[in-house]
Amino acid sequence: MSPVLSVQNLSVAMKGASGIVPVLEHLSFDVAQGKTMALVGESGCGKSMTALAIMRLLPEDFVVTSGRVLLDGENVLAAAPQALRGLRGNKMSMIFQEPMTALNPLYTVGDQIGEVLRQHRGLGRRDATEQAIGFLKAVQIPAAEARVHAYPHQLSGGMRQRVMIAMALACKPKLLIADEPTTALDVTVQAQIFDLLSELQDDTDTAIVLITHDLGAVAELADDVAVLYAGRCIEKGSSQEVIAHARHPYTRGLMACVPHLHLGPAAANVQRELEEIPGMVPPLGARGAECAFLPRCAFAIDVCRAQPQPPLDVVDAHAAVSCWRHREIAP
Amino acid sequence: MSDAWPVAADILLDVNDLVVHFPAGRRGMFGKPSKVHAVDGVSFRVRRGTTFGIVGESGSGKSTTAQAVMRLIPATSGQIVFGGENIAGFQGERLRQARRKFQIVFQDPFSSLDPRRRAGDLVREPLDLLGIGSPKGRDARVSRLLAEVGLPPQAADLFPHQFSGGQRQRLCIARAMAPEPDLIVCDEAVSALDVAIQAQILNLLKKLQRERGLTYIFISHDLGVIQHFCDEIAVMYLGKIVEQAPAPVFFSAPRHPYSWSLVAAAAPPGPLRTRLKAQFLVKGDPPSPVDPPPGCRFAQRCPFVIEKCREEPPVLAVTGPSHFVACHRVNEIEAPNFTASD
Repeated sequence: MSPVLSVQNLSVAMKGASGIVPVLEHLSFDVAQGKTMALVGESGCGKSMTALAIMRLLPEDFVVTSGRVLLDGENVLAAAPQALRGLRGNKMSMIFQEPMTALNPLYTVGDQIGEVLRQHRGLGRRDATEQAIGFLKAVQIPAAEARVHAYPHQLSGGMRQRVMIAMALACKPKLLIADEPTTALDVTVQAQIFDLLSELQDDTDTAIVLITHDLGAVAELADDVAVLYAGRCIEKGSSQEVIAHARHPYTRGLMACVPHLHLGPAAANVQRELEEIPGMVPPLGARGAECAFLPRCAFAIDVCRAQPQPPLDVVDAHAAVSCWRHREIAP
Repeated sequence: MSDAWPVAADILLDVNDLVVHFPAGRRGMFGKPSKVHAVDGVSFRVRRGTTFGIVGESGSGKSTTAQAVMRLIPATSGQIVFGGENIAGFQGERLRQARRKFQIVFQDPFSSLDPRRRAGDLVREPLDLLGIGSPKGRDARVSRLLAEVGLPPQAADLFPHQFSGGQRQRLCIARAMAPEPDLIVCDEAVSALDVAIQAQILNLLKKLQRERGLTYIFISHDLGVIQHFCDEIAVMYLGKIVEQAPAPVFFSAPRHPYSWSLVAAAAPPGPLRTRLKAQFLVKGDPPSPVDPPPGCRFAQRCPFVIEKCREEPPVLAVTGPSHFVACHRVNEIEAPNFTASD
C-alpha cells in the first residue's frame, strides 16, 4: 500500500543577507494510513520547518530547495494555489502548540469548526453548527451544545486544544500534523490529549506526523520516529527500536539526559546527577559539511572530521543511522 | 506556631499559614466581591542547603507562593520567617537589604533580562544596587560569576539576544548569585529549555549548591525533574498543599489521589503507566481558584469522593515519618501498587 505522505529528499533554506543558508537538508520519510511518525530533536533542528514545508506554510524568506512532498501521490509542493486550498484543512491539517493564538478570538468555536465544513463540504450554517457539536462531543468536551457558542477565551487551555483537534479532523483529513500539541498544557491535560489523539486515530485511520521533544510521547504514540539534528535526519526507524536501542550518540544523549520518573521500589535509586550533552545545536549558517553533531560528540575521531555528514546507514528493517562509528560504539 | 516551634539552626525558611488572595471583581452589580484564593494557608519549612520542590498544575498557587515568599507580591496574611526573622512585615530599606539573601530565577530568561544591557552589566547591577564591594572588586566578581556559571569571559560584552536560551538562563543564575544569597527560588527555571540544555542547567544548579551550600525552592510541573532535583517535595492543588514528604518517600508511595494522577501522567511508558492512567488520571482541567467550594478542593475531580469531602476541608496531617497528606480518606483507600514489573 502506498503511503499517505511521502517526503522525499526535502531541503529548505533561508534567504539571508549573506546568501542562502540551509535549514533542512535531504529529509525523507513515509507515513502510512493510520500510522504515526514522530519528528524529534531540540529547538532549531528543523522539526517545525518540516511541518510548515509540508503544509506549504513556510515563512517568507524560506524556500524549498529540493525534494517532493507527496500526499496521496500528489506533489503538494507543485500544487497551484487553488488546489492547495482543497488540500489544506481537507486532506491535510495541522494543530499548533499554542491553541490560544491559533484560534480566532472574535468567533465562537462553533463558527470556527463550522467554517471548515462550510468551505470544504459546502454545508449551510445550521448544518455546520450541528456537526460542530458532534465534533466537540467526539473530542470529549462536556456540554458541547452550550460550548459550541463559546469564544476561545471562555475555554481552558486543554479545551482549546480539543477544539483545535476538532477543527483539524472535521474533514477527516488523510494527514494530521501535530506540532508540539501539548507543550503549553498541564501534565494531566497533556496525557488526556495524547490519549484523545490516539483514540481518534483508531477511529479515523488518519496518518499523523507528531512533532515533539517528549520521548515518552514518542514511545507511547508513534510507530516510527525520525531524529533531527541541525536540519539533518541522523537516525530513524521504528519507535520501539530507536528507543530501546538508540544508535546515534545524539539520540543516546537525548534519552540519557531526560530525568525519568522512578516510582515505587525504583524510587530508591534515582541518579541525582544527569547525563548531559555539552554545548548546543549549531546556529544556522554555522553548519559545515561534516557531521553536524561532531563538536558535541564524545565519540568523535579524525575519521568523522575528515568526511562529510555520513549517509543514513540502514542497519535493518527497523533502523537507519547517520554515524560513521555506530557499529563500533554500539552499547 | 513559630513561637511553639523555635526555628532550629538548620531551618532557613519557615513559612507559616501563608495566604494570598487577589480581588476578582464582583458577581453582578450588587454581588459579593469575588476573591482568587491563590494561596490558602500554606506552611512549610526549608532546611539550609537543601532543595524544596513545589509541584502542581496551573492555578495551583506554586508560583504565587514563591513570589509571596520573595516579597514580590504582598501576602494577605501569614508569616515568612527567613533566617530567624519574619520578613513578611519588612518595608523599605530593611526589605531591600534582606533581599540580598534571597533571589529568584524565572522561567523565561529572555523577558527577565533587559535587552539593552550587556551581560556584564546585568550581572553587576545587583552588586551596584546593593552597594556590595568596591567598584573594582565588583568587576572581578562579575568575571568570577560568569566563569562559575560556565560562560566565557568575552560573554560580559554581549547583549542578551546574542545568547542561546540555555546561556541566557546561565546569565540569570549568575545575576541571582551575585549578592551571595542563601536562598534561590527557581520558578520553572528549566521548563522552557530543551532536554539537553535542561540537564546542563540542572547540573549547574546542583554544582553551585554543593560548592556554596545554597538552598533552593524549586518550582516545576515536571515530576521527573522534581524527583531528580529535590530533597523534599510539596504537591499543591488550588492554593493548598495536598501532600508533602521527602522525595524518596513521596515517589516510593505517594498517598493523595491527586498525587496519583500527577504520577500517572508522568510515569514512563509501559504497563505501570497504562494501569495508573486508567485508574487515576483525572478528567478535564483544574477548576478555577476563584471562590473555591468549601471542603476539599480536589473533591470535584476525585474518584474517591464522599459526602464529607465536599463539606469539610481536610487538614494536612502526618501519615508517616515526615509524610503529610490532606485527605479525609487517606487511611481507607487502598494505595496503588507502584511496582513496575507487571
